[in-house]
Amino acid sequence: MTSAEQAAATAGSARPLDAAELAALRADFPLLGRTVRDEKPLVYLDAAATSQKPQAVLDAERAFSSRHNAAVHRGAHQLAEEATEAYEQARAAVAGFVGVDVDELVWTKNATEALNLVTHAYLNATLGRGGAAAAEFALSAGDEIVVTEAEHHANLVPWQELCARTGARLRWIGVSDDGRLDPETFDVIGERTRVVALTHASNVTGAISPVADVVAAARAVGAHVVLDACQSAAHLPLDLHSLEVDFAAFSGHKMLGPTGVGALYGRRELLEAMPPFLTGGSMVETVTMESTTFAAPPQRFEAGTQMVAQTVGLHAAVDYLSQVGMDRLAAHEERLTRRLLDGVAGVPGVRVLGPTEPQERLAVVAFAVDGVHPHDVGQVLDDSGLAVRVGHHCAQPVHRRLGVHASARASAGIHTTEAEVDAFIEGLHRVNSFFGVAGGEHG
Amino acid sequence: MAESLEQLYQQVILDHSRQRHGAGDLEPCDGESFQVNPTCGDEVTLKVRLSSDAEGVRIASLGWEGQGCSISQASLSVLHDLVDGRPVEEVEELDALFRELMHGRGQPLGDEKLERLDDASAFVGVAKYPARIKCALLGWMALRDALVQARS
Ligand SMILES: Cc1ncc(COP(=O)(O)O)c(C=O)c1O
Repeated sequence: MTSAEQAAATAGSARPLDAAELAALRADFPLLGRTVRDEKPLVYLDAAATSQKPQAVLDAERAFSSRHNAAVHRGAHQLAEEATEAYEQARAAVAGFVGVDVDELVWTKNATEALNLVTHAYLNATLGRGGAAAAEFALSAGDEIVVTEAEHHANLVPWQELCARTGARLRWIGVSDDGRLDPETFDVIGERTRVVALTHASNVTGAISPVADVVAAARAVGAHVVLDACQSAAHLPLDLHSLEVDFAAFSGHKMLGPTGVGALYGRRELLEAMPPFLTGGSMVETVTMESTTFAAPPQRFEAGTQMVAQTVGLHAAVDYLSQVGMDRLAAHEERLTRRLLDGVAGVPGVRVLGPTEPQERLAVVAFAVDGVHPHDVGQVLDDSGLAVRVGHHCAQPVHRRLGVHASARASAGIHTTEAEVDAFIEGLHRVNSFFGVAGGEHG
Repeated sequence: MAESLEQLYQQVILDHSRQRHGAGDLEPCDGESFQVNPTCGDEVTLKVRLSSDAEGVRIASLGWEGQGCSISQASLSVLHDLVDGRPVEEVEELDALFRELMHGRGQPLGDEKLERLDDASAFVGVAKYPARIKCALLGWMALRDALVQARS
């Protein structure tokens, strides 16, 4: 089974949230109660950019800051002990949530930093840092790094930079007309491939990548696999060990958690062999004026004073998600995806970027409206209280590939209702009539 | 239809966004500028030609090519009509006035200033939407840059 099929199978067997459950759950999100643009109820359809937070997350951060705040892994006082314990418990909870061991999870500021941490391991190893142990990460001219045309800039630009600095060659898996990774192009993974970096699910097309197939191709040539799990972590049951990837990155703020915290998963042997990215306090063993020895992972990669309250908030977020059940959440969102796709299909002049089968994608639906620029689409929707994202969503290449400059994007979350999806579809009709296109009338 | 949306997309703006004056006229020029709005990838290339006479330097012709939202496209079209043939000194004053309009958060600018801005005064509603101000200013930024080049 491909991972897309696996995800679909898991989601398929679980019961979606019923109306009463959803209403109770929505009451947990204080922000959903506010109005926008002259007292209109907010319809938040920008979960793929950042999620809103349940009260439990806000409370956890506040409780930590009011009762236990201290710097972690230093100081002998009671508060320092409590803070360190909260920080490490959060690590254990998040590691468990994504199916990895606690010492394989490194805290970062966000997914972008996590991915840069990985690219800098290769860069620093190439420069000789990390010694013989890090040889596995050293690149030479002619080595190849494979990404995909569907990547967010966060999983593209750092690899471009790495190639520019090391002489490695960047290659990529292509995207088909319907926004999926094109299996015909998987043969770019070859003897010279050292790393394959791909997204688990696209933040534009919503397409779920066939991770198992890519991992198999990478394994066959001894290449590492780096997974961008930003979009999947909040929407699909995630078991990184069983996906057999070497690294994975995600951001807390997309999974009901706070901003300022994300994580990198790294296979234990790899983290142990990697030279550090950021250096300074807290990541060292012994420092003399001449040189320094580094701490074991994960501390080796956590330089400086850490964002403890945010890790505690993320702990509460994954507890919340687990309580709802990721399989039930996925089933809920699959139902929303279907409604979104069916609804959009009924609006003249609207083209969805990405697969049209709900099982193969997340509830992240980017679209183009004939004759109306995405900014204008977003403006009219906003006027009805509908919050969507417009622009290139930090993924210019995939837009170019699909023949558009930019798009508007509606993305559902745990708290999205079918009525909200209907309101969004209604909003699209209003866009057409406001700009007098697709047979509609202005006015 | 909500009033605020009507205020933002005044008929003048909708008309100019469809009938884009000066679009595509890229003759050889004295100054040229390429500007991008990084949040949405909208872009414009704008060219100016200058002429001098006893009264000073004026814009002899202005053309542009670009793609973007209705606000950015209409703003370029209005800009074209407003500055084509005008003395550069006056254009600079208009540029300052337009920026004042954009950064005024919808505060009244005064009749005299609005009259000078002519059709460009229709963009007053944009000032209430901080994310759209850049769209309206894209063409003006390109013009300023092209004028610097043309005169250096
Ligand atoms: C697929 C994907 N990758 C990476 C990122 C980057 O996440 P962050 O900005 O939190 O580092 C995002 C979010 O913007 C994303 O959607």
